[in-house]
Amino acid sequence: MAQVAYNKAARVFGGTPPVRAVDGLDLTVDDGEFLVLVGPSGSGKSTALRMLAGLEEIDEGGVQIGDVDVTTMPPKSRDIAMVFQSYALYPHMTVAENMGFALKLRRIHKQEVRRRVEEAAELLDLTSYLDRKPKALSGGQRQRVAMGRAIVREPSVFLMDEPLSNLDAKLRVETRANIASLQRRLGTTTIYVTHDQVEAMTMGHRVAVLADGVLQQCETPRELYERPANAFVAGFIGSPAMNLRTVPLTPEGAELDEVSIPVPRAVTSGRSDDSEITIGIRPESLHLVSSEEGSLPLQVELVEELGADCLIHGRTLTSTNRDPLIIRGDGRTPPTPGETVNVAVRDLEEIHLFDAGSGERLAS
Amino acid sequence: MVAVRGSITGRGPDWGRIGLHVGCLAVLLVMLYPLAWLAATSFKPADEVISSLRLLPSRIELGNYATALEGVGGVSVLRLIGNSLIISVGAVLGNVLSCSLAAYAFARLRFTLRGPLFALMLATIMLPQHAVLIPQYIVFNQLGMVNTFWPLVLPKFLATDAFFVFLTVQFMRGIPKELDEAATLDGCGPFRTFFRIILPLSRPALITTAIFTFIWTWNDFFLQLIYLFEPEKFTITLALRSFVDTSSQSAYGPMFAMSVIALLPIVLFFMAFQRFLVQGMASSGVKG
Ligand SMILES: Nc1ncnc2c1ncn2[C@@H]1O[C@H](COP(=O)(O)OP(=O)(O)OP(=O)(O)O)[C@@H](O)[C@H]1O
Ligand SMILES: [Mg+2]
Repeated sequence: MAQVAYNKAARVFGGTPPVRAVDGLDLTVDDGEFLVLVGPSGSGKSTALRMLAGLEEIDEGGVQIGDVDVTTMPPKSRDIAMVFQSYALYPHMTVAENMGFALKLRRIHKQEVRRRVEEAAELLDLTSYLDRKPKALSGGQRQRVAMGRAIVREPSVFLMDEPLSNLDAKLRVETRANIASLQRRLGTTTIYVTHDQVEAMTMGHRVAVLADGVLQQCETPRELYERPANAFVAGFIGSPAMNLRTVPLTPEGAELDEVSIPVPRAVTSGRSDDSEITIGIRPESLHLVSSEEGSLPLQVELVEELGADCLIHGRTLTSTNRDPLIIRGDGRTPPTPGETVNVAVRDLEEIHLFDAGSGERLAS
Repeated sequence: MVAVRGSITGRGPDWGRIGLHVGCLAVLLVMLYPLAWLAATSFKPADEVISSLRLLPSRIELGNYATALEGVGGVSVLRLIGNSLIISVGAVLGNVLSCSLAAYAFARLRFTLRGPLFALMLATIMLPQHAVLIPQYIVFNQLGMVNTFWPLVLPKFLATDAFFVFLTVQFMRGIPKELDEAATLDGCGPFRTFFRIILPLSRPALITTAIFTFIWTWNDFFLQLIYLFEPEKFTITLALRSFVDTSSQSAYGPMFAMSVIALLPIVLFFMAFQRFLVQGMASSGVKG
């Protein structure tokens, strides 16, 4: 068990121009915490994880595990275990040998290895597969073996790089819950990389969002959802994505097509009349209304019925924006495509405002 | 088979396939004929070897084998085969060990000049053996190793067969890097990663190396001719030649008998391992 810290850590890949895959990462993971790293493809999640594992050099700054600076330590002295996306099970060893390999190398007594392997197998429901080779296992079983290999070592930190991306949707949901509860039981500090934001929101104690190697925000899932620190996080977290529009700012408020949305004084003050602002409205913050007063007329283009809800994609008649607005509506009374509906914001409190230039969150 | 399939699907016999098979069989017969002739001739009485054009002997003459088994110049056939075996097995061990080690370095380890060195190694494939023969002979002569097995075995322990290094490098590049990384995290250094992970997984490439090294060394004549001159050190291929030298024409029968004896181990070896050879070619991508 240990705390993990990145101190302004950076990884620069040579080339022209050099790629700053991870840039000035400052992040502390508490002892026993389950931290999820999310971000779009190529944002440096794997690189950040591999830096901690010692598989990737650290070009600037450092990393710390517990009280020890491990920046220059070889991987095997760092007391970490990693679960790879491809599982990386040794094909020529049985499940038991795979799981016990690290212990065997540390010259731990055979019986003790056997005991720990069996214990982990019990935990992961692998007991009857211990003598099989990985080739003879299903995808889900292989994934559990990869977990088992990490568990038997009893490391101070687990690192997992998209461990569920090779599983089918149903198994993924199931395994997601299993990993989370396993981590709770073991209490081992865990860093979990995923590009699936549902995984991020459901599993993590805190979620760190990366974009282009730079940490955008690290917060609890709820906080991330309710108060995204910038437009990138706002658009990345939440499914379907938040409606983000950069619109002109007038004394009446933000001009979203024909409707003015009032903006707090604190935001408008100090901005010139012709400036712009980015407003973000989650699909569930919009609803259909019957009156035309103060609402936005919307031509429905597409309706996705999800059962309880439906997602309405629509465009204002005067809209020049390429992206449609998305509204989460009642699944029992979906509008039909081509119909014109009136849309209003449920609660002004739920509107997010960002600086049109920097994307930073404004006030509130 | 073809006819059965044809009748089931109701399309009539597939003449294209039949033609292909007949063609293949014909080519096979042409290729096998010399071998069959060799085998048949080893049973022919002395006067029939040259004079008769018929494939089958008029009567079976086992005396050829009796003479062949006596060996050459007082050295028994067993001894000759033993010498060939020592050299071939030594070469196989040497090549498998050294080529896989060299291949691991080129495929996985990072060191300065790796690229240029790899290119240089590949260039040696194109170097004709005969070009290095004399300098090599001088070196071995000064080491006092001429007329021993060392010049035939020692180079194999130094990864001089660039072709096999290349073959194994290509194979190892197909082994997922994550396995090395997992091994590193599990506590393996480069050597342990090699012996515990990479080597077992490279088995198909190693077997290919072993089979070809064995066959090529067993069939080699030139290098053995140059480095070995005492009859006790002769290999079976050298003995075959001296058979022709030292005996009169009437020994053609025994010579063919000896040829068959020389072929037997390699045919057996091939039959024992060809299963792995095919496997090796089929499984060059490591899965799971
Ligand atoms: N060995 C390398 N050499 C050069 N650039 C690299 C190397 N490895 C990664 N990169 C670059 O670093 C950036 C981050 O890569 P990384 O693999 O960490 O992304 P990721 O967030 O894990 O993406 P994904 O979700 O697709 O796995 C990418 O732009 C990638 O091209
Ligand atoms: Mg990745």
